[in-house]
Amino acid sequence: MAVSDRELAELTHLKTPQKLDPFKGVKKLPLEEYFTSGHRTCQGCESALVMKLMVKAAGPRTIVLGSTGCMYVANTTYYSTPWVVPWMHTQLGSSGSAALGASAAVRALIRKKKIKDEPINIIAFCGDGGGADMGVSGISATLTHPEYNCLILMYDNESYANTDIQLSGSTPYGAHTTFSPPGTKKRIMHHRWKKNFAAMMAAGHPTCRFVSTVCMSYPVLAMNAVRRALSIGGPTFIHSLDPCPKGWDYDPMLSHELGEIAVETGIWPLWQVEDGKLALIGKTRDIADNRFKRRPVRDYLLKQGRFAHFTDDDIDYFQAKVDETWKKWVVPGVIPIAKEVDNDAPPV
Amino acid sequence: MAEAIATPPAREAATEKTSLITGSEAIAIACQLADVDVITAYPIRPYDTVMQYVSKLVANGEMDCEYIVAEGEHSQFEVVKHACACGARVFTGSSGVGWMYAMEALTVTPALRIPVVAMVGNRALDDPGAFGVEHNDALAVRDLGWQLVWVDTAQEALDTALIAYRVAEDRRVFLPCAISCDGAFLTHSQGIVKVPDQAKVKQFLPAYDRGDLLLHPDNPITVAPQANEDWLMEIRRQTAAAMERSPQVIREAYASFEKIFGRSYGNPFFEEYMTDDADIVLVGMGTLSMPVKVTIRQLRAEGKKVGFVRMRWFRPFAAEELAKSLGRFKAVGVIDRDFSLGAPYSSGVLATEVRAAMYGAGAQQPVIGFIAGLGGREVTVPDVRRMSEIISAAAEGKRQPPTQWIGLRE
Ligand SMILES: Cc1ncc(C[n+]2csc(CCOP(=O)(O)OP(=O)(O)O)c2C)c(N)n1
Ligand code: SF4
Ligand SMILES: [Mg+2]
Repeated sequence: MAVSDRELAELTHLKTPQKLDPFKGVKKLPLEEYFTSGHRTCQGCESALVMKLMVKAAGPRTIVLGSTGCMYVANTTYYSTPWVVPWMHTQLGSSGSAALGASAAVRALIRKKKIKDEPINIIAFCGDGGGADMGVSGISATLTHPEYNCLILMYDNESYANTDIQLSGSTPYGAHTTFSPPGTKKRIMHHRWKKNFAAMMAAGHPTCRFVSTVCMSYPVLAMNAVRRALSIGGPTFIHSLDPCPKGWDYDPMLSHELGEIAVETGIWPLWQVEDGKLALIGKTRDIADNRFKRRPVRDYLLKQGRFAHFTDDDIDYFQAKVDETWKKWVVPGVIPIAKEVDNDAPPV
Repeated sequence: MAEAIATPPAREAATEKTSLITGSEAIAIACQLADVDVITAYPIRPYDTVMQYVSKLVANGEMDCEYIVAEGEHSQFEVVKHACACGARVFTGSSGVGWMYAMEALTVTPALRIPVVAMVGNRALDDPGAFGVEHNDALAVRDLGWQLVWVDTAQEALDTALIAYRVAEDRRVFLPCAISCDGAFLTHSQGIVKVPDQAKVKQFLPAYDRGDLLLHPDNPITVAPQANEDWLMEIRRQTAAAMERSPQVIREAYASFEKIFGRSYGNPFFEEYMTDDADIVLVGMGTLSMPVKVTIRQLRAEGKKVGFVRMRWFRPFAAEELAKSLGRFKAVGVIDRDFSLGAPYSSGVLATEVRAAMYGAGAQQPVIGFIAGLGGREVTVPDVRRMSEIISAAAEGKRQPPTQWIGLRE
């Protein structure tokens, strides 16, 4: 299913796609920053950390295209840009086409000898609203083009944060957002379960060589996912879960810890699919191999104001749904298809 | 023409070839000649014929570009926008609701000063479903900084596409340009076209140089940061200034085109037909020039002095020049192949603009608006006669309704 390296090299016309070896631990990270001062995100904003470490992993020969959202509006103000690498705003649902367009330009201009032949990283990022809702069509299309080297990174703060925290297709069940406030008649206004977006991208695009989930509470893993995504060739996708103090309503000092708990409760499994092979990563792997017992989701939910209206029943329901992902899914935590249907009654 | 002497006719014949091709094919060939780097396609009639020709050129190795079939028009226009920001010469296009589906991308492209060149195969905005020509699609972006030009023949389509690259990519302008071709009447109709020689095209069209606006690791700029009320107005003013510089760049491009290819279009902004001694004129855009010109020749034989002005460039709008020209006639009729519901006097878009241009220049003549040929309905000789009669009556001082629908079933 995967394209061979030789075929890919022919397709890409870049004899060697960028070779970015994995970082060997926090102490081995380069000191250079390509996302620096000038941004105005909230204290404790994990998405801003994603930006910083994403370009740190990519290095200076990178073009970044950023969709509308907090990482644009709060991040990139005229006259005080934090970006050291070239950066361009792209429309809310355009991360896929931005990556494709920039990559196509670089490919054509190199082939036609209009610019120097060198590997240039193309990264387009989007939020969960711009990506998993509005941008699906464009992202999906881009992931079907094996000849264009690019990474689409979706930073998922689980709401339309920039527009004052509205629910998106990635907002967890029951969360309080400004479009789903708990009321006197209806406690739960948001009944939809969060989209399983990274798996959707991995399962739906057989020639896409690398899809991964990450969380910046595990920064080296996340940066190495970026480096792998940029080195492997063709379009790739990374989905990052980002605690957001404003949208999730918690003390900013808990950002890092909440990311860890999301993984430890099994709510946010860390995995990657490379050339069609799935690998569970870190704590997620420990959960799957029964080396680590999943923490109750209560530990996660009760730390966040957006779930403050939850009753015990709500918490139990949430727990049961998460348990399902681990006990019934054909690939636990990843592919939401059950092996068999409950109470299956064969037709008579 | 004095300049044409520099290129002897014999050499001309050896390098140029003549083909019988449609308007769409003519634009595809222009893309090949212009050595376009990135092209995006998505199917919608009638513009999509251009992409059928492009894809053949690519398949046969006659054109070296990234040819991407997008999954929708929004992506189609966003892909080329980003490619163009990274220094690629780009081409795309659409029709009708496809163009409208791309509207968000269309909106930001001029503001980013990105010289995308696009073809619009003008088409009615369904619902109700219709493939035929209407100009409302391209006109929808008239306020946003797109340069809009309407062409009439396959030859003009090819030539104008080359001119469009030269103008759009001129650093003084850096604004996108859409070439409107009437659906079916031009996109699918063949005409004899002189296909220019590649070497001359190179001479006419310099390489696209994005300069210090290039998005590349060697030039680490931040494009389109959040500006808000603090700076937005100044930035809008810069875009407006670019549009104001465009007419001069257009003039230079046509002059240079004539010099290099030996083909002159006269006034770049509008074509005048039998206006020298005319009492009254009709004004319109695109292929309706055919029935209008045929009818004018009949009317002339009957001793009626009618002329025609065919607008090419709608944006920038050559208001002063047009007002000066139209000010010579006793009455003016403007044929709109579009509608602008609720507009002043219920007129179409072009009539309202012509009135603004003329009356702003102090003209007093009656300007009557006609809505005709919507959804691809033919504008017939009797239709043109009818319009001419109405304008004649207006010229004689008989009051006429300011807007009239022509060729409409009662
Ligand atoms: C086409 C369009 N619709 C709506 C908006 C308004 N808008 C601006 S930012 C934003 C939120 C985007 O949410 P997300 O992608 O999750 O990014 P976040 O703000 O959470 O970082 C919205 C809806 C827009 N800019 N463009
Ligand atoms: S609202 Fe959330 S995502 Fe936006 S800047 Fe604040 S913490 Fe970051
Ligand atoms: Mg979000």
